[in-house]
Amino acid sequence: MELTIDGRMVKAEPGTTILQAARSAGIDIPTLCQDDRLEPFAACRLCLVEVEGARGPVASCAAEAAEGMVVRTETDEIVEQRRVLLDLMLSDHKADCLTCDRAGDCRLQDLAYRYGVETSSYAGEKREYPLRDDTPFIVFDPSKCILCGRCVGICDEVQQCHVLNFAERGFPAFISTSYGRSMVETTCEMCGNCVSACPTGALQDKRSRHTVRAWDVEKVDTVCPYCGCGCNLTLHVADGKVVRVTSKVGEGPGGGNLCVKGRYGFEFIAHPDRLTRPLVRVDGTLTPASWDEALELITSKLFEIRHEHGPDAIVGFASARCTNEEDYVFQKFMRAVIGTNNVDHCARLCHASTVTGLAQSFGSAAMTNSFADLEMADAFLIIGSNTSESHPIGALHVKKALRNGAKLIVADPREIDMARRADIHLRLRPGTNVALLNGLAHVIIEEGMADDEFIAARTEGFEEMREAVRPYAPALVEEITGVPADKIVAAARILGTVERAAILYSMGITQHSHGTEHVLAISNLAMLTGNVGRPGTGVNPLRGQNNVQGACDMGALPNVFPGYQPVTDPALRARWEEAWGVELPAEVGLTVTETFDAIHEGSVKALIVMGENVMLSDPDQTHVEEALRKLDFLVVQDIFLTETADFADVVLPAACFAEKDGTFTNTERRVQLLRKAVEAPGEAREDWWTWCELAHRLGHAEKWHCTPTQAEIMDEIARLTPSYGGISHRRLDKEGGLAWPVPDEEHPGTPILHTERFARGKGRFFGVEYKAAAEEPDEDYPLTLTTGRMLEHYHTGTMTRRVEGINELVPTGFVEISPADAERLGVVDGRPVTVETRRGRIETPAWVTDRVGEGVVFIPFHFWEGPANRLTNPARDPQAKIPEFKVCACKVSPVVGS
Amino acid sequence: MNTQEVDFTYRLWRHDGAPGELIPLLQSAQEHFGYIPRRAITYISGVTNTPESTIYGVITFYSQFRLQPMGKHRIRLCCGTACHVAGAQTLLDALRDELGVEENGTTEDGVFTLFTVACLGCCSLAPAMMINDETYGSLTPAAARKIIRTIRREENKKAEKEKSVA
Repeated sequence: MELTIDGRMVKAEPGTTILQAARSAGIDIPTLCQDDRLEPFAACRLCLVEVEGARGPVASCAAEAAEGMVVRTETDEIVEQRRVLLDLMLSDHKADCLTCDRAGDCRLQDLAYRYGVETSSYAGEKREYPLRDDTPFIVFDPSKCILCGRCVGICDEVQQCHVLNFAERGFPAFISTSYGRSMVETTCEMCGNCVSACPTGALQDKRSRHTVRAWDVEKVDTVCPYCGCGCNLTLHVADGKVVRVTSKVGEGPGGGNLCVKGRYGFEFIAHPDRLTRPLVRVDGTLTPASWDEALELITSKLFEIRHEHGPDAIVGFASARCTNEEDYVFQKFMRAVIGTNNVDHCARLCHASTVTGLAQSFGSAAMTNSFADLEMADAFLIIGSNTSESHPIGALHVKKALRNGAKLIVADPREIDMARRADIHLRLRPGTNVALLNGLAHVIIEEGMADDEFIAARTEGFEEMREAVRPYAPALVEEITGVPADKIVAAARILGTVERAAILYSMGITQHSHGTEHVLAISNLAMLTGNVGRPGTGVNPLRGQNNVQGACDMGALPNVFPGYQPVTDPALRARWEEAWGVELPAEVGLTVTETFDAIHEGSVKALIVMGENVMLSDPDQTHVEEALRKLDFLVVQDIFLTETADFADVVLPAACFAEKDGTFTNTERRVQLLRKAVEAPGEAREDWWTWCELAHRLGHAEKWHCTPTQAEIMDEIARLTPSYGGISHRRLDKEGGLAWPVPDEEHPGTPILHTERFARGKGRFFGVEYKAAAEEPDEDYPLTLTTGRMLEHYHTGTMTRRVEGINELVPTGFVEISPADAERLGVVDGRPVTVETRRGRIETPAWVTDRVGEGVVFIPFHFWEGPANRLTNPARDPQAKIPEFKVCACKVSPVVGS
Repeated sequence: MNTQEVDFTYRLWRHDGAPGELIPLLQSAQEHFGYIPRRAITYISGVTNTPESTIYGVITFYSQFRLQPMGKHRIRLCCGTACHVAGAQTLLDALRDELGVEENGTTEDGVFTLFTVACLGCCSLAPAMMINDETYGSLTPAAARKIIRTIRREENKKAEKEKSVA
């Protein structure tokens, strides 16, 4: 399709607006209310253009371009209209540009400048509303608001929290919450996307107000350090400090939207608690030391322990928080320098069962589709994922599809935010996923909704699965799961009949003593309905951490080299031996969870922890603590003195995400580039440097090219890891993120896996049986405890709990308990209770809420003062070795005297 | 919250909360309570699946809806053309002074709410006002004050009687 804009021929796709067509041709039509993330609102009228043959000026943001259209964007008449409009807007705008933080970054100011509107010629009344400064992160000044409605649009269409709206009518109209309450008292999630949408200074980031002028900041594009969504961040740096975070519209998984952690959780970077010098334990206390002293001590200790007890007495925990390059170097250090496969990381605690499960059924253990193409789904099954809290930006894509009419089925024991948005909420008992999934498969098969063509052409083992699910009739499943049979049938009918259904899952599936089987049951369901390998479908495990996918890809696992090449395969091992110039161990090493048992048994003497906090993140805290005390030597490298570092013999100060280059691989398998924005505090160093340095000190100077940059490490990774073959920092810098597999420099990446064939050839069905959780409620411990995350805080709280505003929003942990249980036990909302299991007890305030059903309690695990993992059960999945965080038996009682 | 009460109101409308019924629901709530209390918004939000902020926007958009309780006696002072010419402004000043409230305000004791309206349609009685369903015409500021005081006295008597019974 072609049209003429300002005398130029412009090509456009059908369905694009005049504005989009003009912008693609580099013609700038001014707008204020338009936002690429929103449907056209056409309120500001600044984008009016002349269209030949039209009755009057046309709003180009909303009008579709048409073949042969003749458009003029800057005629005298149009310019005059814009002047008048701006003049009118300025007549009721507090033009305090001299002191306004948005000066220099304000669309209204830009346009006043462009059209020469110096001041308003309409003297008269102005709306006078007081400044609202009643949230930790957002300040609202209604007197600067031009009522463009973008904040309302973002909140309604994108975030779908519906906090803001227009109040009143005509001249006094203003943007308000319901009853003008503070945003923190509403359904607001403090994402600040309204601030990112505001074209003037009406909505501002509170933390950077009156600290820096827009033109005095340096902007550095990098990747968010929190969850696996991998949103792109732009760090605004002034005087060597990050003062503000934004995200470019249209870029990265979030497309310019962020969550409260990504946008406002950056204060930890410059926190005074940051480690700035190495610490060495002298006479029982951690004492500052030089890098040389610290490294020398580590060298001699590791040398000694390896000499006395062999290399397998040393275990290294890599980190899902560090870069790919650092994890690569770390596992190389463990394998090539120490000589052990004892390297693992916290993926063991989140998606180990995905790795074992999907590897068996599909041959590749990662999210099959991308967030963006989830928007094409006709239906979703979200099971065991609190998506809008744990992966807030991933959830935006689901919400967008819902807005366009997609159906949502949520299977979760709790009435989480997504469950409230669902068409069907399957409120199952914790740990009964297999029964539910088999039940859905049963109905789909019985009612003839299976995709026979797909099953015949692309899969094997269907008969085995069919036999396995035969007994799982809805009535039986209702008995096991507590989900009404008619809801199971209704859900199955949705999944069985829609053209495209996507399954999203997370830790509610994986963190079980039968986690692998849960994952297999999910892949069964996807294959049964033919929902693999197309846009808007797939099996989508949402990975928890910024680089947990990457850390797995980099072989920070005890059984595989980078790119999931088994250490037990002699041919592959020989390849790595040649590349690294050393002999490599052939036996599979210890996992995170096995390590603590091995320490207790005495076979492991030294532990190296790079950026993990096992004291809070691992199950059965007492067991972990005793193990840490028992170690001969513990090295912890971290950005803060964590609960784990407290036990260390040597603590090494690390650089955080904003202080280094490198890459993170997000949950979509998208490898993205980090860029250094600020200097690390004091003597803190990038993690990889330490392990290169130690390799040298341990006698590997010749074989180990002590790499000067992370870019060069990535080149080594690309050479040796087929799925990363075409990835380099140069390419990522130029092209943005790439989803692996990227076999060569020319390859554009693979957003959807298994399109033609499964990674293992044919998809494999597995018959799986429901097995009860390792510890079920009984007389002594009558309630089921389940644990998880919440929106505001992140993991062990090392970072978010050092962000003042986030602590203001959520200062403490809590236990969610149902009103029925609370009444029976005499538990009062907000008052402290004791939660006790066979492994320990904690005190924490009660939150009496019907988010949890009767008989179930929930505790977020972020809080050291009420650590959920003192309670959890270390029972493990036999294949994945993942602990059962999601189910254990507990009892709750009010704290006496409270 | 006591949903029973709102339920009653809601049942007045035999609709099932389908989209497009927000305004009738708000009107029925206002009819029932005399204004739209916060709990009614919460309730209607749940029934209609409409965000509270949207409902708040609608309520504040239309002048027919009130978010504050109304006094027991609703004064509607006519400010139409005839009454204006006949001195409605002086009546308004007198009422404001007598009641101690501004337009659309409710007295502290909850007895009166003062409204001004464009025309009551009884121009021959100008200047006029209505208190509840009673119309008062050919008013002077003093006469208006007297009417208010009479009603207030009766209300005080009633209140005392109730007190002594209790």
